Amino acid sequence: MPVQYYITLSIIIFCIGVVGVLTRRNAIIIFMCIELMLNAVNLMLVAFSKMHNGLAYASDPTSLVGMDGQLFVFFIMVVAAAEVSVGLAIIVMMYRNTHSVDVNFLNRLKN
Amino acid sequence: MSITQVLFWFLSALALSGALMVVLSRNPIHSVLWLIVVFFAISGHYVLLNAQFLAIVNLIVYAGAIMVLFLFVVMLMNLNSETEPQKNNMLKIAGAISGGSLMLIMIDVVSSSADITGKSAMLKDGNIGLIKNLGKAMFTEYVVPFEISSVLFLSAMVGAVVIGKKSDAKAV
Repeated sequence: MPVQYYITLSIIIFCIGVVGVLTRRNAIIIFMCIELMLNAVNLMLVAFSKMHNGLAYASDPTSLVGMDGQLFVFFIMVVAAAEVSVGLAIIVMMYRNTHSVDVNFLNRLKN
Repeated sequence: MSITQVLFWFLSALALSGALMVVLSRNPIHSVLWLIVVFFAISGHYVLLNAQFLAIVNLIVYAGAIMVLFLFVVMLMNLNSETEPQKNNMLKIAGAISGGSLMLIMIDVVSSSADITGKSAMLKDGNIGLIKNLGKAMFTEYVVPFEISSVLFLSAMVGAVVIGKKSDAKAV
């Protein structure tokens, strides 16, 4: 598969996530669109790692050239898992205080 | 078209339609379920690229743990559907236009780059997705980020518990 297809797919999913973060008012849906953006980036990193591996595979079928990309994806998943737990704790606390998860409502509370 | 190409297009269509339905669904529980569909599609892409370890970890961590956590939180708040009146159509149009223009700019810049024309991401072959090689690299070269990520998890857990605790020292 030409790597442009993976790049285009990943960019489209990323921009759908961006539109979701900008447009939706529910804090949980905004958080889920952030996870969508992280997954789009993961897909692009894995595609690039396979691209570099494919270039080195032609000369040496046991080469390990693109390994860093996949390890980076692993660490991105680690950070995303930690971030989800803290973010959801914040959202639950927000709901407990105001009984709403609407971000516009919380914006008006600053006065 | 070979079977790998058919699979690629099918998984891409599934991921794109799932992502669109996440953003457009009224009901938050439907959004969570569509996001699970997206994660399955992306894990399918990883399997196609022979990144086996990442495919399984994606399913276990994202679709298995994170989405279940989201579902618990959504059901805890008893959100059936968003019942607030949507008065800001202008905001939605502005968001869609800005996201769409970002997408067009990024696709145009990256696709015409000289470094990637003619190169293809290798499907189904290659040793770097196998868990043996990933494990060897992680525990020799990347052992410091690995240990730091365990400290990160500890701090996230402590932070989540501290944030979520009911403070009963409030003056009534």
